[in-house]
Amino acid sequence: MRNPQLNQHGELQHLLTLDGLPRDILTAILDTAAPFTEVAEREVKKLPLLRGKSVFNLFFENSTRTRTTFEIAAKRLSADVVNLNINTSSAAKGESLLDTVDNLCAMQADMFVVRHAASGAPMLIAQHLQNTGRDHIHVVNAGDGRHAHPTQGLLDMYTIRHFKRDFTNLTVAIVGDVLHSRVARSQIAALTTLGVPEVRVIGPKTLLPTEVERLGVRVFHDMSEGLRGVDVVMMLRLQNERMNGALLPTPQEYYKIWGLTAEKLALARPDAIVMHPGPMNRGVEIDSAVADGAQAVILPQVTFGIAVRMAVMSMLGSR
Amino acid sequence: MKDLDAEALCRQLAEQIRPHVGPATALVGIYTGGLWLAERLHAELGIAQPLGAIDVSFYRDDYASKGLHASPKKTEIPFDVDAAHVILIDDVLYTGRTTRAALNELFDFGRPARVELAVLVDRGGRELPVAARYCAHTLSAPLAREQNLELQRDDHGQFSLKLTQRA
Repeated sequence: MRNPQLNQHGELQHLLTLDGLPRDILTAILDTAAPFTEVAEREVKKLPLLRGKSVFNLFFENSTRTRTTFEIAAKRLSADVVNLNINTSSAAKGESLLDTVDNLCAMQADMFVVRHAASGAPMLIAQHLQNTGRDHIHVVNAGDGRHAHPTQGLLDMYTIRHFKRDFTNLTVAIVGDVLHSRVARSQIAALTTLGVPEVRVIGPKTLLPTEVERLGVRVFHDMSEGLRGVDVVMMLRLQNERMNGALLPTPQEYYKIWGLTAEKLALARPDAIVMHPGPMNRGVEIDSAVADGAQAVILPQVTFGIAVRMAVMSMLGSR
Repeated sequence: MKDLDAEALCRQLAEQIRPHVGPATALVGIYTGGLWLAERLHAELGIAQPLGAIDVSFYRDDYASKGLHASPKKTEIPFDVDAAHVILIDDVLYTGRTTRAALNELFDFGRPARVELAVLVDRGGRELPVAARYCAHTLSAPLAREQNLELQRDDHGQFSLKLTQRA
């Protein structure tokens, strides 16, 4: 079966997941993003690539940073952007997902940026478009359930490459709530595809998926042991809103064992960078002094996120 | 294009431009061949303003049909475009579409006082009302559509012009 993200020429048709995305396409997105970073310094912060196109931000789940950076990216490419906050609209009145999509297609949508609490919702939309012969409409997954958050994974890879240049000699640690994290899944897929020799996941047993080793990672249940000698520390947010049952004691206790403090960070390489996809829970998964410290690259991640999303949308938008 | 000496043409182009260089003159090379040429002219003419570089990938008019070019380069305009005398540099002038794209991009950085175009070779086949103010050589007969002429630079920085046939 053909990779549903690629068209018959092997070019990107939709961006749904980084899992199974060929390395050359991953690298091409990162390469394409680089010149877009410069646009923010221009007198006119706009490029004409998506002039006359309509991008619909379909957010079935709340988001500020992701929705805003997608909106800025689309606007810098001269697209018309329509933001739909579905919680407060048709879905609440009982309209099905695909009916919503068909209605927006009837409004001449060219691209959907989709966030949904259900894993696979963007894929369902992409398949629906394909089955109904609407190949000119593209779907970008902006986070679906626990499955994937590909543009976050890509901007993380862009950030790592920016600060570390090469992937093939790195040790990268992903720390925290991997179980509920679509970000972690996208990060692991991208890191392994790009040839990072050692990807570690660090967290309590209750917050790591069963058989997580099968994703090609080394598992640590001891933070000090796991952080020793790493080049990149990728913190995850503790996803309180997705927890059912007693997976954790209290946030304070979590911080004591799994929170990233200066003392724990000192075990990593001295030039290690600290990343976080946001929003941060200060004093839960990360100490304020580390979040604002010299090794943190959390705000550059946000800025690079705009360029990466511009690259994805401009690679999709032409066909 | 064995009869075309790119090095000699480059010297001729520099001499054409030289009398018109002033304190507000800035050179902007168009990737890739135009930028090599611009680097050479910038040094040869002793231009005071830093050299600019444009990659027109984001402004091309065939984006909708052909998509984005693979790995576009960073456009860098390191001088104040407002009130500048800008000379755009390209290796070969053909349809004029690259020049159109470069002009659009340049104006997103400010309002230059004057923009001129300098090219090594005019191969004919214009599809837009574009003309080069400085041109070292104009081919006596336009090249065919499937022919491609471009500047090459070897490991020693020597220029040559290469004619290839597109399949």
